[in-house]
Amino acid sequence: MGEIRLEKVHKAFGSTVVIPEIDLEIADNEFVVFVGPSGCGKSTLLRLIAGLEDTTSGRILIDGEDMTARSPAKRGLSMVFQSYALYPHMSVYKNIAFPLKMAGADKAAIDEKVRNAARILNLTDYLDRRPGQLSGGQRQRVAIGRAIVREPKAFLFDEPLSNLDAALRGSMRLEISELHHQLNTTMIYVTHDQVEAMTMADKIVVLNAGRIEQVGSPLELYRSPRNLFVAGFIGSPRMNLVQGIEAEKMGAATIGVRPEHLQLSTESGHWKGRVGVAEHLGSDTFLHVDIDGIGQLTARADGEFALRHGETVYLTPSPERLHRFDDAGNALS
Amino acid sequence: MATLQTRASARLMMTPAVVLLLLWMAVPLSMTLYFSMLRYNLLMPGMEEWAGFLNYRFFLTDPAFLTGLLNTLLLVGGVLLISVGGGIMMALLLDQPFFGQGIVRLMVIAPFFVMPTVSALVWKNMLMHPVNGLFAWIARTFGLQPVDWFGEAPLFSIVMIVSWQWLPFATLILLTALQSLDTEQKEAAEMDGAGAVSRFIHIVLPHMARAITVVVLIETIFLLSVFAEILVTTNGGPGVQTTTVTYLVYVQALLQFDVGGASAGGIVAVVLANIVAIFLVRLIGKNLE
Ligand SMILES: Nc1ncnc2c1ncn2[C@@H]1O[C@H](COP(=O)(O)OP(=O)(O)OP(=O)(O)O)[C@@H](O)[C@H]1O
Ligand SMILES: [Mg+2]
Repeated sequence: MGEIRLEKVHKAFGSTVVIPEIDLEIADNEFVVFVGPSGCGKSTLLRLIAGLEDTTSGRILIDGEDMTARSPAKRGLSMVFQSYALYPHMSVYKNIAFPLKMAGADKAAIDEKVRNAARILNLTDYLDRRPGQLSGGQRQRVAIGRAIVREPKAFLFDEPLSNLDAALRGSMRLEISELHHQLNTTMIYVTHDQVEAMTMADKIVVLNAGRIEQVGSPLELYRSPRNLFVAGFIGSPRMNLVQGIEAEKMGAATIGVRPEHLQLSTESGHWKGRVGVAEHLGSDTFLHVDIDGIGQLTARADGEFALRHGETVYLTPSPERLHRFDDAGNALS
Repeated sequence: MATLQTRASARLMMTPAVVLLLLWMAVPLSMTLYFSMLRYNLLMPGMEEWAGFLNYRFFLTDPAFLTGLLNTLLLVGGVLLISVGGGIMMALLLDQPFFGQGIVRLMVIAPFFVMPTVSALVWKNMLMHPVNGLFAWIARTFGLQPVDWFGEAPLFSIVMIVSWQWLPFATLILLTALQSLDTEQKEAAEMDGAGAVSRFIHIVLPHMARAITVVVLIETIFLLSVFAEILVTTNGGPGVQTTTVTYLVYVQALLQFDVGGASAGGIVAVVLANIVAIFLVRLIGKNLE
């Protein structure tokens, strides 16, 4: 079980309000990702749930039980830190065994659980090493191992992959998703990498300045962002946002079209522009197109799409994939 | 790549410093060695003659020597215990956030700047004096018999004074070590269910091991030669109860004017210091790797 509910949670450090007020429900077994720009309060929110920070006001319930005043250890949650926070003077084995030892488990039980965790995480060959003798990915796995042996109600991850290189990040992403299916435990995952958010999450919570902008499944957020912030944050490359006359023609203050929803043609179309920089990624090509009166738009083309700098191209937004926003930045339906 | 030529010129450049250091060390050491083999008493000038190892025999068979050795080890051990133990506690206290932290930290360091003679005199006359001392006054306030510190527990009193001087040093080094402990590590331990005591034993203490080693090594070097505190408080007495090897050398040289015997004692002290050093490095040196 691992159902977490935040009720009117408010957090301020002295006079700086970091989280004005948040209500959030996280269901059992859900993989929830908190995303948002740097400094928006993701870590703070996670630490509030963990109990490493005290709430200024509001309640935190885990499995229906009020945990607001409980110490971190008593909440039954495990956390994986960005810096891994392994104990440098202990071997991998002892690191993973530490929470069990603190819980007073007997030696045989500890041994079994540690070896089991090591097997799941491919760490069996490294059990005698110190953290300093491991690679970043291995350290990450040790940190996860230490978290899973406690069999917590929920796992909390604070940007666990941000210290790894791109390739390793990709494979660890898969491993964590796999782990989630194996363990069937609630996971809360903080990141500012929206690829991680989109690929791993059952539910994404988009935060901005301590406020929840939108909560929903990755596809929901992608298809129908509730406001400009979410629209600009989810999706890569970013959604094209157009203001001015072109937007007014469609009855909105701002319109948004994702690069993948712009049809390209060399003969005719809605907007006529000139190709600026073309980024060839192999599978796709991202064209930065300058359009008079609108500015620069990004469009996704097929990898084989052969257009060169300065050539003319026509762009047509798919009408059903067009997002319209009002003056305040909220989506119009 | 360092070529042969650059290496040769590097050696050439270093030579003056190395030679100077060698002379600096070798000349006094060999002179002491030479004097230790002479029958050389300042009361009988011009009567120096070769004595071989006679001085060593006299020094080592002097009944005061064994006591001195034991007192030296007790003094060093006692001060290490108190200053490191107390230093850890002070560091833990000072690491907590509280009002006036900066000033308190500054004040804690103050004893380190007081000259050994001065602090020993202050302790002797203002704190531990059986009639005028603060401790005696406290004892009397509670209706107790004041303790004659230097009469009843002379070595312990000196250990106290020296510990007081070295406590700030230990505190300072250990405090910096404590502050360099990653907060996420502490938080991880907290989430892993470690209470304050477990966290201290399993996380904080191992983290400070290296700093503790440094404190122990440095303090030992200086504590082996503690002298002023003994001279101004007990003069090595009562009897030889507070005579250390260092103090014994002083007695030989300046009270008995026996340069030969004092030199022999000096060499013995050097050997002793080296034995202690080897022992220490073996015991705790692996922490420094
Ligand atoms: N102990 C503290 N005292 C005062 N302000 C704090 C404290 N901790 C965090 N803050 C402030 O709270 C805000 C949110 O911080 P937080 O660490 O939660 O951001 P974040 O979303 O995790 O950012 P990042 O993606 O960079 O990790 C920041 O503006 C930060 O300056
Ligand atoms: Mg953060």
